[in-house]
Amino acid sequence: MHRKWADRRVPAAGEDTDMDKTIIAVKSLVKTYTMGDVEVHALRGVNADILPGEFVAIMGKSGSGKSTFMNILGCLDVPTRGSYLLDGADVSSLSKDQLATLRNRKIGFVFQSFNLLSRTSALENVELPLMYNHKISSREMRDRSLKALEQVGLASRSSHMPNQLSGGEQQRVAIARSLVNDPVVILADEPTGNLDTRTSLEIMDIFQKLNEKGITIVIVTHEADIAGFTKRNITFRDGRIMRSVMVGNQRNAREELAQLPVNVEDEV
Amino acid sequence: MKMKNLLKAAIRSLTKNKMRTFLTMLGIIIGVASVIAMLAIGQGSRESIQSQISTLGTNVLMIFPQASSSGGVRMEAGTSQKMTLDDARALIERCPSVAYLTPQVRTSGQLVASNLNWRSSVYGVYPDYFSIRNLKIETGNPFTMNDDKSAAKVCVVGQTIVTNLFGEGADAVGRVIRINKIPFKITGVIEKKGQNAFGQDQDDMVIAPFSTVQKRMLAITYIQSMLASATTEDKIPAATAEITEVLKERHRLGPSEDADFTIRTQSDIANAATATSKILTILLASIASISLLVGGIGIMNIMLVSVTERTREIGIRMSVGARGRDVLLQFLIEALLISLLGGLIGIGLGMLVSQVIANLMSWPVTITIQSILMSFIFSSAIGIFFGWYPARKAARLNPIDALRYE
Ligand SMILES: Nc1ncnc2c1ncn2[C@@H]1O[C@H](COP(=O)(O)OP(=O)(O)O)[C@@H](O)[C@H]1O
Ligand SMILES: [Mg+2]
Repeated sequence: MHRKWADRRVPAAGEDTDMDKTIIAVKSLVKTYTMGDVEVHALRGVNADILPGEFVAIMGKSGSGKSTFMNILGCLDVPTRGSYLLDGADVSSLSKDQLATLRNRKIGFVFQSFNLLSRTSALENVELPLMYNHKISSREMRDRSLKALEQVGLASRSSHMPNQLSGGEQQRVAIARSLVNDPVVILADEPTGNLDTRTSLEIMDIFQKLNEKGITIVIVTHEADIAGFTKRNITFRDGRIMRSVMVGNQRNAREELAQLPVNVEDEV
Repeated sequence: MKMKNLLKAAIRSLTKNKMRTFLTMLGIIIGVASVIAMLAIGQGSRESIQSQISTLGTNVLMIFPQASSSGGVRMEAGTSQKMTLDDARALIERCPSVAYLTPQVRTSGQLVASNLNWRSSVYGVYPDYFSIRNLKIETGNPFTMNDDKSAAKVCVVGQTIVTNLFGEGADAVGRVIRINKIPFKITGVIEKKGQNAFGQDQDDMVIAPFSTVQKRMLAITYIQSMLASATTEDKIPAATAEITEVLKERHRLGPSEDADFTIRTQSDIANAATATSKILTILLASIASISLLVGGIGIMNIMLVSVTERTREIGIRMSVGARGRDVLLQFLIEALLISLLGGLIGIGLGMLVSQVIANLMSWPVTITIQSILMSFIFSSAIGIFFGWYPARKAARLNPIDALRYE
């Protein structure tokens, strides 16, 4: 059912595999946290390539370095050593401001805890990344944000505040925010970690739809069934990639959602 | 981030915590209001001093004998006996820039009229005194030089004396009062002048012929001081020079020797008084500024709390692309809004308080554009100054640390 990544390089989304098309290319990535005298080796030399159109699940036990890896991919943190090429550009040598601009233009990040601004409407939350882009007019900001909310099925809730939305809806707003800037990759660290089964399926359904449109997505999950909705699973262990396998028969969230009995308790 | 969005975000976060924002603002409001009020009081008193002094006549000169230093011990001014009536006569004759000049002696006396009595100052002067001091006789007439020659027991009195000896509005002309038991006939009453710049009642005085006071009351041969007026205000320096020359010559002092007298002009006194009230204004304003400073520290305190509280928000903003300077600007604008709004309200309150003080205490107050502008600039500077540190602290956060903050 699962094939070893090393066995066969599958061209993602049927595209060619030229290196300069690689969205994410990391080599010998090392991250060491120093807490006083104690050194924590969160990443001990990670090599990975992620190609356009891929949908990757990063798996592994708690503490295996998944979040550390994602934060570096998302330019929220910098590696101790190693190189990271994002969309062909070397990230390891960039300044704080340049990293911020990179996050603003090329990356969409989804957190386990949603991380929406409180007392700020769904629409304004989605607009946030565009506010830090001078080239975008207020009108375009609004149009694009509404479109992003539409893509996650929340167009009708655009004026709602986060505390008026369920957990699943909040996460959908967060996904809309992550895709509003047309990123080269959407990174999601345990996006379904705080959600129940049905809502998790809804979130995976959205990710699958976005991936079908060609958007590259990397998610972290420790649940095997969630990973089954992706196309490739990378497993971390002690700060290293232990294995990378293609998913043989990708599950379809929409179909599974349809089979689920309707349950009113799902909305938190 | 665009200015419009920055402002929107700042206003939103300030209105989220209305009470806290208001209390923070209160420090600035009180600070600015007190600075405005203090400056208004200071400026008002300075202006009233200036205007009162100028009503005394700007071309007036006073000539005092210098406190004589006998054997190294300086005596009190006015105790010198070097100035004589002949000096005064010589000055009147020989100084073309001097319009009027009068010798002056002063004593105090117990005034009695029938069963009432009153204590007041008695000035002995020539009739020219009325011209020099610009005193107008309301009823009756001033005394004359003939009265002086004969040391006549006549006098002119101020309204306060009339009120205290004969009752408010009584006709005092022609009536007799006893001053230190000597009977004086009142020939005229001076128009009411009110208080002078130093709070003295200018209507509480008796003016009598020079020789009457000198001989009959004081029994001295010298004169205590002289009062003169220059022909015009421009002639004050010329008059000063002429008086100096004549007096030095008469006192046998060489041109390079120190004079044994002092000449003071009205503008000297005005300047001294203005300088005093300026110092007072600065003092009041500095005390008020301290409260403005405390207000600024309040802003800093709240902004620091706010940065800590909103670490996660900062993290979220950074994760979607806010750069350090975007975050810095956001917090700086919040601090600036607090201090600017506080400054504006403070200016309004300060003007109100000044008006209330003016009405209740009948103190003169003047609000100047400069004081308003200064407070406004000062309060915004405070916002930037005290907002800077917390804002920079926010801007320097690492996105991942900020996001992890609990
Ligand atoms: N900020 C940090 N300071 C110190 N150690 C950290 C920090 N973040 C993560 N770690 C450590 O690094 C290791 C990997 O953590 P993480 O990447 O969060 O793992 P995962 O997401 O797979 O659970 C763990 O041992 C964790 O304790
Ligand atoms: Mg994790």
